[in-house]
Amino acid sequence: MEFKMQTRKLEFYYGKVRALSKITMGIEEHQITALIGPSGCGKTTFLRLLNRMNDVISGTHLAGDVLLDGQNIYAPQVDVVEVRKRVGMVFQQPNPFPKSIYANVAFGPRMLGLNNKAKLDEVVERSLRAAALWDEVKDNLGKSGMLLSGGQQQRLCIARVLAVEPEVILMDEPCSALDPLSTLRIEELMRDLKTNYTIIIVTHNMQQAARVSEWTGFFLLGELVEYNKTGEIFQRPKDKKTEDYITGRFG
Amino acid sequence: MIKFSPRLTQKLAWGFTWAMGSVAVLIMLLIVGYVLVQGLPVINLDFLFSSPEGGLAGEGGIFSCIVATLWLIVTTMAILVPLGLGAAIYLSEYAPDNKLTHFIRYSVELLAGIPSIVFGMFGFAVFVLALHFNYSILAGALTLACLLLPFLVRSAEEAMKAVPSSQREAAMALGATRWQTVTRVVIPAALPGITTGIILCVGGAVAESACLYVTMGGSAGMPTSLLSGGRTLAVHVFYLAMETNALDKAMATGAVLIVIIIAINLITRWVSRYLQTRMKGGTSYGV
Amino acid sequence: MMSRYFVDRISRRLVLCFGTVAFLILIFIAVFILKGSLPALEEVGIVDILFGTKWYPSHEAFGILAMFAGSVIVTLLALVMAVPLSVGCAIFLAEVAPRRISNIARPAIELLVGIPSVVYGLVGMVVLCPFIAHLSGTGSGSSVMAAAIVLAIMILPTITSISEDSLRAVPTLYKEGALALGATHWQAIHHVLLPASRQGIVTAVILGTGRAIGETMAMVMVIGNSPILPANIFAPARTLTGNIAVEIAAATGIHESALFVTGLVLFILIMIINSLGFIICRRKND
Repeated sequence: MEFKMQTRKLEFYYGKVRALSKITMGIEEHQITALIGPSGCGKTTFLRLLNRMNDVISGTHLAGDVLLDGQNIYAPQVDVVEVRKRVGMVFQQPNPFPKSIYANVAFGPRMLGLNNKAKLDEVVERSLRAAALWDEVKDNLGKSGMLLSGGQQQRLCIARVLAVEPEVILMDEPCSALDPLSTLRIEELMRDLKTNYTIIIVTHNMQQAARVSEWTGFFLLGELVEYNKTGEIFQRPKDKKTEDYITGRFG
Repeated sequence: MIKFSPRLTQKLAWGFTWAMGSVAVLIMLLIVGYVLVQGLPVINLDFLFSSPEGGLAGEGGIFSCIVATLWLIVTTMAILVPLGLGAAIYLSEYAPDNKLTHFIRYSVELLAGIPSIVFGMFGFAVFVLALHFNYSILAGALTLACLLLPFLVRSAEEAMKAVPSSQREAAMALGATRWQTVTRVVIPAALPGITTGIILCVGGAVAESACLYVTMGGSAGMPTSLLSGGRTLAVHVFYLAMETNALDKAMATGAVLIVIIIAINLITRWVSRYLQTRMKGGTSYGV
Repeated sequence: MMSRYFVDRISRRLVLCFGTVAFLILIFIAVFILKGSLPALEEVGIVDILFGTKWYPSHEAFGILAMFAGSVIVTLLALVMAVPLSVGCAIFLAEVAPRRISNIARPAIELLVGIPSVVYGLVGMVVLCPFIAHLSGTGSGSSVMAAAIVLAIMILPTITSISEDSLRAVPTLYKEGALALGATHWQAIHHVLLPASRQGIVTAVILGTGRAIGETMAMVMVIGNSPILPANIFAPARTLTGNIAVEIAAATGIHESALFVTGLVLFILIMIINSLGFIICRRKND
């Protein structure tokens, strides 16, 4: 079976400290994969390796491969900017630019050289609709993105990612800064999005992983302890450590 | 030694600091007040729009000095702003943590401490003599740009470093190149700080005299090109005070300088406040 | 259209070049001043220049000791006046003054930074010098004393604002700890705040010293410019900076080179002072 993304014996070091050890994992296309585990277990580090966001941290290095459609994204001839265009990312804290809602969504397409007003309008509307934000902001596209509520800001960030038409979307605890209602809206949105995109989400909310994902990976101390169908992980965990974690005995 | 009670010591200390604070404010008021009171009555349209005529009596006004100051500011900024912003972008966004960066940062710090007259001497040797620009606005502007460079680099770098890294990550995760991240996210967000830095450099150019005195010469004529000499307002104050009897005109020119400096202070405050509210989304933007 | 990758690569190189400009300027300044100094150092001799007390360019006498002494004396005298005033001001602004007053006083004091040095010189000439002449009963009043007072006022805002910043940087916890033990507010300032911000205040004084040594035009206007060792603080003198400003336009040959030596001494003096400040500042950050 062909995976959308795949890691092979992926290791990552901050200086001499090993943060991840030999992670091998395959990500199914058009499904939601959740990464769970206690804080500091390496799940966010792992996620950021999937679109090379860790490149900017100096004094780090990695071993092993990350494949996107079978091609290693860390190969020397691969352009990092191209990788990030195909693998988008939504962060823990909503981080809209201090620009208008319109300019936030149009940022990516403009960067790629699209300047045609009519086409931009179309992309902005389509992305905002796909992020379920259009109806709330359509009369106010000139308003600053910073003035939206936290949940709206996060959906704006999702719309911003959708506008560059990525294939994979990485989400790093996208709801941890949001209230329960906004969280539900984002989860609904994720289920809508998976028909067109492959989604990988880091969360330390186990109910959320259980609610939205098809696949779940459990990380502990930089290792991938168990990776399986979400139902299996939560009902019949094979590893004692996984069981302890999901039953709330630690973490 | 007499030992005071803590309460009395506190009273004395409070008296001391209040006195020091008042003295400092009083000094400012006295200097600014004195120059304005003595100088403003001398200023009229004729003074502003006629040029100095030279001579011991210091006849004439300050028009050519105003023009020379403007030429100097425009030329200096044209050299300084790209250089300073470029260096600040390098230090804030690109510089790896290595020896070279360390050297650059250290030289910016050291450069900021070098006296203006030493820059003047350097400019005199290099721009005036070696490159044959003679006493000219160009030589003055190049020297002044060297002098102001460390200040602009520091303030612009500080402003860029204050932009949260989450903003850079957002842009990069959307597939922006480094340069696109800098020009479309970092610089717009750092604009209040950068603008303030640039305006303060304009203030520095207006106030500067020592390094210009030895690179622009004292010609009070109307500048006709970048290669003509010129006398800025500040240098004119010096000439009037040292070589003429026209102390009233020196005061008047000083008053003009003080009005400009106060205006620059107010503009700086206003601009940074305006841009900051804009940044926080206080007003709407066009799409 | 140029691809954005191409633009990215070019701009990366360009900003690196711009980044090194400050470093290059520093090197150029050092080299040019050193090169300019060499003829005089060879012909007159380093000892005669540095320790000679006679500066008569028309008689080939190029000793700069009097100017060196002038700069040092004026600076020290200015510091004696400015340090208590500025530190008092800083405590006032950071701790004592009600917010409403400090919000007015701070910008008022900061305005002093922007005022051109020729304006200080002018006010010194017109107001201060006649007053000092009246006080001492001799001469025009252009003197070491007049220069020191003008200089003290000019470095006041520098020392005040950096000291205030370092006082404010002390965590409130420290102060509250002292107050909770029953100390008066002044005792908390004296025994907790001032020691904790000592390095910042020392850095401020060092930066102020650097500014004072480097000040030129205001000094030329009020110090009298005689290149002799001042007999007392009411006598005229000349600073290293003033020596350059007054004479460089007309100087040629060895005379010009001797002025470059003056600049070299100034450059080295400033490097030493600022490196000191830099070291202290860095130790604070560790």
